[in-house]
Amino acid sequence: MAEVRALVLRAAGVNCDMETQHALELAGAKAHRVHVNRLIEDKSLLGRYHIVVFPGGFSYGDDVAAGRILANQIVHHLAEPIRRFIDDGKLVLGICNGFQVLVKMGVLPGNGAFKQEHVTITYNDSGKFEDRWVHLLPQTDRCVFIEPQRQIYLPVAHGEGKVVTADAETLERLKSEGYIAYKYVGPDGEEGPYPINPNGSVESIAGLTDSTGRVMGLMPHPERFVRRTQHPHWTRLGEDLDPDGIKIFRNAVRYAQENLLQSCSA
Amino acid sequence: MKQWRFEVFNRAGFSDVHGNGVLEDIRELGIASIEAVQSAKVFLIEADFDSAFADRVARELLSDPVCEEYYVGRSSAPAGLARATLIEVHLKSGVTDPVAESVMTAISDMGVPGAHVRTARKYVLLGEVRPAQIETIAKRVLANDCIEDVVVGDEAEPPSPHLSPYELNITYWPIRDLDDAGLEALSKGRDLFLNLTEMKAIQAYFRRLEREPTDIELESLAQTWSEHCVHKTLRSAVELTMDGQTIHFDNLLKETVFKATQDLDKDWCISVFADNAGVVDFDEESAVCFKVETHNHPSALDPYGGAATGIGGVIRDPMGTGMGARPIANTDIFCFGEPDMPLGEVPKGVLHPRRIMKGVVAGVRDYGNRMGIPTVNGAIYFDDRYLGNPLVFCGNIGLMDKDKAFKHPQSGNLIVVVGGRTGRDGIHGATFSSGEMTHEHETVFSHAVQIGNAITEKKMLDVLLQANEAGLYEAITDCGAGGLSSAVGEMGAELGAEVDLDTVPLKYTGLSYTEIWISEAQERMVIAVKPENREAILKIFESENVDATVIGRFTNDRKLRLRYNGQQVAELDMDFLHDGVPKYSRKAVWAAPTLSEPAEAEKDNYNDELLGVLSSYNVASKEWVIRQYDHEVQGGSVVKPLVGIANDGPGDAAVIQPKPTSSRGLAISCGMNPLYGDIDPYWMALAGIDEAVRNLICVGGRVDRIALLDNFCWGNCTHPRTFGTLVRAAQACYDGAMAYGAPFISGKDSLNNEFACEDGTTIRIPPTLLISAMSIVDDVERCVTMDAKRPGNLLFVVGRTGNELGGSHYHKLRGQLGANVPKLDLELAPRIARKVAQAIADGLVASCHDCSEGGLAVALAEMAFAGGLGIEADLRGLPASKDCTRLDAQLFSESNSRYVVEVDPRHYDAFAKLMLNLPFGQIGKVTAGSKLVVRSQDGDNAIDVEIDILKQAWQRTLDW
Repeated sequence: MAEVRALVLRAAGVNCDMETQHALELAGAKAHRVHVNRLIEDKSLLGRYHIVVFPGGFSYGDDVAAGRILANQIVHHLAEPIRRFIDDGKLVLGICNGFQVLVKMGVLPGNGAFKQEHVTITYNDSGKFEDRWVHLLPQTDRCVFIEPQRQIYLPVAHGEGKVVTADAETLERLKSEGYIAYKYVGPDGEEGPYPINPNGSVESIAGLTDSTGRVMGLMPHPERFVRRTQHPHWTRLGEDLDPDGIKIFRNAVRYAQENLLQSCSA
Repeated sequence: MKQWRFEVFNRAGFSDVHGNGVLEDIRELGIASIEAVQSAKVFLIEADFDSAFADRVARELLSDPVCEEYYVGRSSAPAGLARATLIEVHLKSGVTDPVAESVMTAISDMGVPGAHVRTARKYVLLGEVRPAQIETIAKRVLANDCIEDVVVGDEAEPPSPHLSPYELNITYWPIRDLDDAGLEALSKGRDLFLNLTEMKAIQAYFRRLEREPTDIELESLAQTWSEHCVHKTLRSAVELTMDGQTIHFDNLLKETVFKATQDLDKDWCISVFADNAGVVDFDEESAVCFKVETHNHPSALDPYGGAATGIGGVIRDPMGTGMGARPIANTDIFCFGEPDMPLGEVPKGVLHPRRIMKGVVAGVRDYGNRMGIPTVNGAIYFDDRYLGNPLVFCGNIGLMDKDKAFKHPQSGNLIVVVGGRTGRDGIHGATFSSGEMTHEHETVFSHAVQIGNAITEKKMLDVLLQANEAGLYEAITDCGAGGLSSAVGEMGAELGAEVDLDTVPLKYTGLSYTEIWISEAQERMVIAVKPENREAILKIFESENVDATVIGRFTNDRKLRLRYNGQQVAELDMDFLHDGVPKYSRKAVWAAPTLSEPAEAEKDNYNDELLGVLSSYNVASKEWVIRQYDHEVQGGSVVKPLVGIANDGPGDAAVIQPKPTSSRGLAISCGMNPLYGDIDPYWMALAGIDEAVRNLICVGGRVDRIALLDNFCWGNCTHPRTFGTLVRAAQACYDGAMAYGAPFISGKDSLNNEFACEDGTTIRIPPTLLISAMSIVDDVERCVTMDAKRPGNLLFVVGRTGNELGGSHYHKLRGQLGANVPKLDLELAPRIARKVAQAIADGLVASCHDCSEGGLAVALAEMAFAGGLGIEADLRGLPASKDCTRLDAQLFSESNSRYVVEVDPRHYDAFAKLMLNLPFGQIGKVTAGSKLVVRSQDGDNAIDVEIDILKQAWQRTLDW
């Protein structure tokens, strides 16, 4: 059977690329880490993949604002290949800094429905970087990365993860039209204040998808929970503990196997 | 080119996180009249674009469309009733400005290359404020004199960024005809920090050469011979006078710390005390290396920058070990003055300990997180004697292929400098950090502060790993203290080297040849490249926008030759440079202080004391710090720094799984007990070793694969009594390493940690020895954490509790020191460690916690609240020495080699059989209740507190 090919985008300051590659391979994909300069040199390169992941890190040091400089670079050099990639029905995942990049490129929630001026990600209410685990509850049925209704547990590690909208109308549309991928919730599934919502995001938004459901960005790190022993208190839990993060990658790879393997000439 | 000014403010309705933080800090200064602070980002851009494009730059690049608004030009103070004061903070000329570099790249991506960008911060203070207060706010909160200029008001202009070019002027510093006073004056006047003996050796050398030295020659010698670089004190010959006897060492380090490593001669040690980090086996294919450095002096002047470059610098050590390792974990240990000291009591020239702590934590956070290296282990220790000299220890562990653990530079190899550019930052860092600090250091040594940019280092790392894999270079080392001088000098020590200093890429013009050579600008490394690999290596660096420049070559005449524009500016013999430093003989005296235990009546109940120790600075939860570090990046964390049911209990050691496809792990820990050193540094050092070992054992580390690192931070060791305490500690290092079969693999010292106050008094740090340790975990699935797991499980104490409250946190609560410092039974301690490790490996242990600061009572409390379970304990089961009869000693003694172990009743027999012939006893059990209850020998409730109350006490102290 042909293999699902995934590209993990590298750039100056990106630093979660290796574990993201590992998660994709664990989920059954063939994953390559590729520097953004290579994509700019060869605009056809992206087309050889089924999944592109914008991994976490501090692209360009988060200078000016998190994800801004890399987003600017991609908008000015790679807008067309990215657009075509999405239009071809392929998958895009942004994790943490990668989510910030997708939002600042206007790709999320985007896709014609929103403008870049509508949604952004800014400093945590706490004013500082924090690493902690959060519970996440899916909010949409159309996102191919997500198993609907199933609450999951993942770590966040960021200083700028607060999703905000320009106005109430935008927020209402995100909610009612299924653009919210995940919300931060307590163990009981209910929304709550800090630290349940670690950064003060409006509507406890932890992740967004687009109108196709094939693009998702989220602040938490699924690639950091692909083994049982990555759970923060796995020593209290049984051997059957099932890592939540790997499922997001498996869902993506399965979707690509079922829908994309014919469409890609690799 | 046209000058553009942009200001970016928060839009109304979005909180100004930075401004609010500043307001909070101003209130902490006791200035209550400021009602609000608005912060803004300022960009000063010189470029050829029109106002339409300027608007695009502001809208698309510099500001956020939702949260921010921009102003092109200079905005005036907001209208309103409150008085507004405008303050701008600009970087001094030549200081690295990473944001500016990114903005230049981004504007180029938008189609306009060649823009020149500077950034600044603007603050609008609303409320009445006096000029003197503005100065205080600017100095204490907004800016750092060392690297920043403050501009007050809306008319003042920022400093000019333009520097004039350098014109070659070879400078000689005549030395041959100087008398002793002249030699000392030359050393002092040029900040060489060389003593008279050393100056005389240099004088004799140049008399032999029949010429005067150039400035760059003397600077090279001063750096290479600095305490920071050669550790001349620890390598000196020593006469130790102690208890009326004299003990002689030819070379202190070689006969103590190194000697243990030699005597143990472990076959898993690959490269120890030889390279930038100590290298040991990890598994069949891989090795791990570990290095811990201090960055104390820079962190005292610029806490943020000093700590950031501290971690940045130590990361380059594993990167520069062998053929280069991939960094996989950071550690950090800090010592500060107590953060509640009244502002008025802080001496001149010293920053408030709270500001130092916040800055240091932020510096490690921002650099470590940006590098994508998890910060997994650390400690913070508070004592007011660290007021003038905070200690900042930064460690890094790297993973490498075993067959790349050694480097082989050869004659004819090109010298290539890669990574960051060279600037004026960090001039004289090595020599400066070797001297004592004074209240004038702030102004005199501001140039010694280095400025870091993590992304430059990360980019360099990314490419170096590829170049290493492709086999494109023969040797690598980092440009740390001493800059190119030290990197090229060391790599070429056996060969000889010639360097054309005018080819070194610079951040800006105007640097003299000497400044280029000794600059400690960050994020640079030196590699040796075969001429045939020249094109390939330059290409691979260029492919990811990292500078790589050929600056010279290694020769075969053992001379160091430096040129500028083709003219020779230095020629030194490598032998003299590296081996010419005179050897010393130093006197050391150790006399045990006369101390006694405080006479206090015993009590029946110690609830208050337990709550007091839990909430004391040293014991209290460090969660506020830990959460700011990304401890999970790279996806390898197995035992995180915070453990337990609510992910907030104090883990004993970190465990990481460096390779995602292998279940082999690495446990990482530390131990440090400065208070014991006030009684006897020998026992202090052994307690540090024992604590570091215990921590490893508690999580499942192997007892036969422990590697240790030493970091000595001491005062001025030319004082025999101060040096005597160091010699005592070094002796203990030998004894402890031998007892545990745990070799030291790397070490470092930082001496002269003293601060001369304006009033003539001196603040001297307590003798501080940090022991860092790592060990192998065979299978991470077997790891154990310290949180109580299940009601009904039995609790045992393994190890004997002694009447040893000396230096304890229980005594410290009431300002007492005591006399009975915890000792270490060198025969028993390793036997206990082996058996506990065996019990964990056999799967008999549900949780395991070491008894350290605060003793048994604190250990039990931590296990209970971390597990969210109750504990009932009875001291009648406690294995204790005969003289340990007092209740407070049983509860709070910090005796070494003790472990509290939770065991499922089903494993009772197997566990008890294993512990046979060791001091161990069942002291209680885990309950489903909500209390910690400890009964005394008399059956009274010595401790009886709700675990929630205990946890609150432990958490609230540093919950900033």
